[in-house]
Amino acid sequence: MIKDMDKPERSKSLLRFAAPQMFYPLAGRLAPWFAAAAVIFVGIGIWLGFFVAPTDAQQGEVYRVIYIHVAAAWMSMFVYLLMAFWSAVGLVMNTRLSFIMAQALAPTGAMFCFVALWTGALWGKPTWGAYWVWDARLTSQLLLLFLYLGFMALTRAIEDPRRADKAGAIIALVGAINVPIIYFSVKWWNTLHQGASVSLNKAPSMATTMLVGMLVMAIAAWAYTIAITLWRVRSLILERERHTEWVAAELNALEGKV
Amino acid sequence: MQWESWSAFWDMGGFAAFVWGSYGVTALLVVGELILVMRRRRDTVRRLLRLRRATAAGVNGRRAFEEIVE
Repeated sequence: MIKDMDKPERSKSLLRFAAPQMFYPLAGRLAPWFAAAAVIFVGIGIWLGFFVAPTDAQQGEVYRVIYIHVAAAWMSMFVYLLMAFWSAVGLVMNTRLSFIMAQALAPTGAMFCFVALWTGALWGKPTWGAYWVWDARLTSQLLLLFLYLGFMALTRAIEDPRRADKAGAIIALVGAINVPIIYFSVKWWNTLHQGASVSLNKAPSMATTMLVGMLVMAIAAWAYTIAITLWRVRSLILERERHTEWVAAELNALEGKV
Repeated sequence: MQWESWSAFWDMGGFAAFVWGSYGVTALLVVGELILVMRRRRDTVRRLLRLRRATAAGVNGRRAFEEIVE
């Protein structure tokens, strides 16, 4: 604590990025680095997953769907929690940028949620004999997709941005209850879906190269999410702040270039 | 190396449709999202530039434009 108090300039310098005007250029500078990291990690992940990791003894080659399925499923849950976090920050601190962040995250979260369901269906058919079953894991993940779509539809349908922000924040916060339900569904109910592939208190149930490939793909999903969200948030910020001096200056700089 | 040949790789032990169906759709969605985000950026900047020109043309021009935008 004392250490923190010694450096008030530093915390100040980080907090100033809560202002859209400061965050906009920062997002523009950071996004390409995260995009590059995503490309590199996807490359490594695919190489590990397809050329280093062995064939699964029970499932054969179809298990290789795991490298996107798990990364996408984790990301879809985490992005929703992030949306709920930014919504809570927005409601408590009344910071515009927090709500904008939540809205910038939603389409990517929805995309990953769909990918988790899609790859799960394609994996389920050869291993369970069905593309879809109404078990607790699958059903709660489908509900997550509807929560994303509901959030996006609601925030876009309400014209007044302040009201749209608040309404979206409420969906994000209430819907967040679904995330632990998804995560623990395989423990709480008897599901067809297998249990957690990775847990902190027991040894992984898969070969090390499989596990590493999966984690690398998860890092890639992270980097991609950060990059695309930073790019998307820049458009949202410009729209929201269009009556300000700094956006006028930014438009001057962009005139004739777009 | 896990594969005898490239054709064995593409065959995925007979599960080609499931494995490549997963990776293919994911790749399409990611590329599609990137295109949408880039296009949104371009459209936003263009719209705001048009809005500003309309504002410069006068209050009536601006009101008409806000109606088009929203």
